[in-house]
Amino acid sequence: MTSPGRGPVPAAKTVTAPDRGSLPVLVARGLTKRYGHVTALGGTDLTLRRQEVLAVIGDNGAGKSTLIKCLSGAVVPDEGTIEVDGRQVAFRGPLDARAAGIETVYQHLAIAPARDIAANLYLGRELRRKGFAGWGLRLLDRKAMRANTRELLDSLGLLTIQSLDQAAETLSGGQRQGIAVARAAAFGSRVVIMDEPTAALGVKESRKVLDLILEIKNRGIPVILISHDMPHVFEVADRIHIQRLGRRIACVPTADITMPEAVALMTGASQPGPEHIQD
Amino acid sequence: MSTNQAIDARGRRVGEPLTTPPPAPAARLQRLLHAHPLIGPALVLVLACVLFSLLIGPRFYQPANLSLVVQQVQIIGMVGVAQTLVILTAGIDLSVAAIMVFTTVVAAQLAVGAGVPAALALLAGFAAGAACGAVNGLLVTRFRVPPFIATLGTLNVFGALTLLLSESQTVRGADLPALFLWPGQTFSAFGADITYGSVLVLVAFLFVAHVLRRTAWGEHVHVTGDTLEGARLSGIRTDRVLLSVYVIAGLICAVAGWFLIGRVGSVSPFSGENVNLSSITAVVIGGTSLFGGRGHVAGTLLGALIVGVFSNGLTLAGVDVLWQTFSIGVLVVAAVGVDQWTRRVGG
Repeated sequence: MTSPGRGPVPAAKTVTAPDRGSLPVLVARGLTKRYGHVTALGGTDLTLRRQEVLAVIGDNGAGKSTLIKCLSGAVVPDEGTIEVDGRQVAFRGPLDARAAGIETVYQHLAIAPARDIAANLYLGRELRRKGFAGWGLRLLDRKAMRANTRELLDSLGLLTIQSLDQAAETLSGGQRQGIAVARAAAFGSRVVIMDEPTAALGVKESRKVLDLILEIKNRGIPVILISHDMPHVFEVADRIHIQRLGRRIACVPTADITMPEAVALMTGASQPGPEHIQD
Repeated sequence: MSTNQAIDARGRRVGEPLTTPPPAPAARLQRLLHAHPLIGPALVLVLACVLFSLLIGPRFYQPANLSLVVQQVQIIGMVGVAQTLVILTAGIDLSVAAIMVFTTVVAAQLAVGAGVPAALALLAGFAAGAACGAVNGLLVTRFRVPPFIATLGTLNVFGALTLLLSESQTVRGADLPALFLWPGQTFSAFGADITYGSVLVLVAFLFVAHVLRRTAWGEHVHVTGDTLEGARLSGIRTDRVLLSVYVIAGLICAVAGWFLIGRVGSVSPFSGENVNLSSITAVVIGGTSLFGGRGHVAGTLLGALIVGVFSNGLTLAGVDVLWQTFSIGVLVVAAVGVDQWTRRVGG
């Protein structure tokens, strides 16, 4: 429960510069998605480097969630390409993205309220018993799932949860968020995407989630964070990607921009210059 | 900015553990029922048995009468298993009884009309049940028809097919192969005559309970009913899960049809008409949520037994049959109320 009183993390200490040479983990180019006459995404680029937290911010209708859905496989873009570790991919569904090592924490969490914690952690990829019982009879190995869940939650400092037998709906909002984040941390081998992870949380619970984001980053997995909360973004992000009217209008290191500038760009109050795109 | 300060600002002393007040008795009951949803129906069944034993005496609790209760509820129980599966996915199947009767007519027409060997005719009936379930499942998954509407439609379709195929005629028991009537045969145990059908229904309950609890398929059925969108985003092929549930439900209904032939002793296109709503009643009284994702076939067994014990006990006590209907209605409403209440646990 007691998280160290970590103040705002200085973005400058992060590892943007030495990684210039290495290949970005995820590169999207010219992503376009239209729904009838509405263009949700009008040719957006996105670059995610190794070992970074990339915040994606933008006003409502800027195309943030469509962009994220393209990256997580929930939406198939009309045009544009996505490369993971330099290899072009075409996601037909969330399973494809997951197979590519991209895990997403959805805004509505994708948590099954009546299932217990271990079941939620392994949702859709339950562990089976070994041998014929597993692949033939499709019997679950609940014991192993429970043990792994305990270990994982413990390593993420989330074992304040009383019992793994509890249904998810008996947990607080923050604990539920913790389960969803833990799931992404456990299975995301290349990228973890988080859509508004602190939107429904109180101060203390948000704190915990921000710590988890940094923890995932420290484990070497880059994070894409979609958030409305500017202080949170400026606290944990290494770079900020600003989305406006379906396009990326800026992408800058957090240290190079102030909160009012970012908001001005996001709302269109000021126009981006050439210095604002740094891939 | 820091958490501790924010907490200080609310007037709490640093280092003091956050104390939660002990939960009120009502909240504790709510949590208990949430964690152990079978307590409710089990309690009702035990209380009903005690009440009728005191009220009626040995006529109620003698083994022969209890065996009769089980025989009376075996069909509802078996169809209830199918209904539980569908309701767990947040659906409903109004065509269960229609499928059951349709498959008995298919089997009887093949065996008696076309001279097909009894075992093959029976298997053809089972296949017909699975096919009916597949129709329901495809309507729900491919054509996105809400289960209530889809099965309301097929209820009529299967019902009409039953009448067409049988030409509204009953096949007498004397004309049926012995295999068809076997579930109604009895053996003696515990001082009562027990039908093979009753035993098979119990086996079916155990088997389905096991599959739901222990297999990946069972897990996916629960999750699909609990959160359809979440299941899809987690990579569960929800359409496949739903289709399989309707197919298996159809198959179970066909097996229930076999037991029905054994129980009634003939094949009539007009039998089993009350089974549709009774199966839903048993599922709901058994504590399975109509909103999907939570419930247990053991609850349905309890629910079916509760219905059976109430009808039997009230009949033996000489109470007007309308009061049986009344009491079952009260139980259904109470069960749904309890479900709504316990679902709100943790807000």
